[in-house]
Amino acid sequence: MVPMPHYLILSALLFAIGAAGVILSRNLLIMFMSIEVMLNAANLAIITFSRFLNVMDGHVFVFLVMAIAAAEAAVGLAMIITIFRNRGTIDADKFNLMKW
Amino acid sequence: MELAIFYISAIVAAGGALMMILQRNPVASVLYLILSLVALAVLFVQLSALFVGSLLIIVYAGAILVLFLFVIMLLNLRGEKFTSEKPILDKGTKITLVVLFFMELVILIKQMAFPQRMDSLMTQASPDFGGVEPVATLLYTKYLYPFELTSILLLVAIVGAVIMAKRDKNEEEGER
Amino acid sequence: MTALIVIIFIKVLVVILAVLTGCAYSTWLERKLMARFQHRIGPNVAGPYGLLQPIADAIKLAFKEDIVPNNAERLTYALAPIVSFVPALLTYAVVPFGPTVSIMGHQVDMVISDMNVGVLFIFAVTSLGVYGIVLAGWSSGSKYSLLGGIRSSAQMISYEVAYGLSIMGVIVLAGTLSLKELVDQQANFFDWFIFRQPVGFALYVICAIAETNRAPFDLPEAESELVAGYHTEYSSLRFAMFFIGEYANMIAVSAVAATLFLGGWHGPLLPPIVWFLIKIFFFMSFYIWLRATLPRLRYDQLMNLGWKVLFPLALLNVMATAFIVRMLD
Repeated sequence: MVPMPHYLILSALLFAIGAAGVILSRNLLIMFMSIEVMLNAANLAIITFSRFLNVMDGHVFVFLVMAIAAAEAAVGLAMIITIFRNRGTIDADKFNLMKW
Repeated sequence: MELAIFYISAIVAAGGALMMILQRNPVASVLYLILSLVALAVLFVQLSALFVGSLLIIVYAGAILVLFLFVIMLLNLRGEKFTSEKPILDKGTKITLVVLFFMELVILIKQMAFPQRMDSLMTQASPDFGGVEPVATLLYTKYLYPFELTSILLLVAIVGAVIMAKRDKNEEEGER
Repeated sequence: MTALIVIIFIKVLVVILAVLTGCAYSTWLERKLMARFQHRIGPNVAGPYGLLQPIADAIKLAFKEDIVPNNAERLTYALAPIVSFVPALLTYAVVPFGPTVSIMGHQVDMVISDMNVGVLFIFAVTSLGVYGIVLAGWSSGSKYSLLGGIRSSAQMISYEVAYGLSIMGVIVLAGTLSLKELVDQQANFFDWFIFRQPVGFALYVICAIAETNRAPFDLPEAESELVAGYHTEYSSLRFAMFFIGEYANMIAVSAVAATLFLGGWHGPLLPPIVWFLIKIFFFMSFYIWLRATLPRLRYDQLMNLGWKVLFPLALLNVMATAFIVRMLD
């Protein structure tokens, strides 16, 4: 049997990698995918607690998280397409019109 | 045996995620992310979450990431190098911050009193645990309102995506 | 324990070999039938009735030069044929092809793995199938391939929704996701789900054709406009893998259709496996017949059909089924 902290540390590691991707990358698409990694790290933690507490409510939460991730991907990708049309790039640092 | 499966999947999941953020080519990033997600699905199944594990593959690998690939192909991105003036924080600081954050999480997990207790609490899961029927029962009884609210969220997302991705009529004529 | 592992190993080996032979002879069947439809004779030189033709083709492809275009993305280019081939094979892991039999004192299920989420597994695997085509189209570095890849990703995402929903009616009626139990529920001829789910069956067949990129939905590889689409740049064994992958996919959706709607291996007189093969053969011939009969759809027609006809119909079918099941309770 795999002890519980193993899963939780893996979840933390995935979350940290996702966070690193968001702050290090300048590519909007990769930042977006990093957010998906972070969501799934949270999913793993939820599933772990669900299994070790022997209640299935966590599975419902993960189900809802996935629905939200799908909605987020649809809207986010539409935004990326619009941004690319307007500026011709998806470099996150190039969108500084509002900065002075 | 179970520990071996855990370690292999964990290494693939974390390694895939790491390779994903290190790649410059977005298509390679998507591929590494799929690898990471498949390993994660294995872990879900190991935690006897069969339904959610299959959903992970169907929803993420089958739909969301295909959408990513579709957008990458539509914009025809091939790993261009992004150069811009110096960012507010340099790379070293950012990486240090992330590592510190990870250490903090690990210390938190290690210090928690309940995981040790819970290991003994852990029993053999009933054969039904994590199957379609019990999850669906919860979804349609205890969590009916959140579930129905998700459908509204999805509707909003559909409308939003269509409006954003649609070109204006004048704009279209201007381009032709 | 060791006996169990050996049995599973043998089952996997037999299934893979059977699928590969099936793929090879599907090409023969397709060429022969197409020839008959068009008032020709078809392959008849290699062996009696041209039966050795698939072997000749395989040898020819194996000895061709393997060309990688200059501006291809090498790793992805090499990976794509494998990615399109493996998911097609994975589907067979959950399809039951016979009842439980006892061989040398062992009770052997004629299915590699009877998962209790078998139908979900099939969804998951078929949803992975699109990657092979998309990656091939993207990595070839040719505009025809890229167009084929974009088309196919849009087409497969669109039709996957209706594909999934068309099976949902059967699931609602049966109340299980295990393919073995689904087959068990269809033991009597009149219990076959085709009679209780005619709309679902029709939707499944149409969407399955779109999922496998066959005529009249073969836009990703329309040879008249895209020069064969995503596999334009492929040659030699890599091309052969795409080819086998396509036929393995066709046989897979036929096997799933036979399992879900036509009672799986159930049938009178003949042994179960023979009945199963007959049902698959029926679907394959139907595919080839369609290819010989129907002209290719235009892209906008394809999208309209998928989103405005098939998808609402599938939703309506699920709702009506659920309603009736609730009423009869």
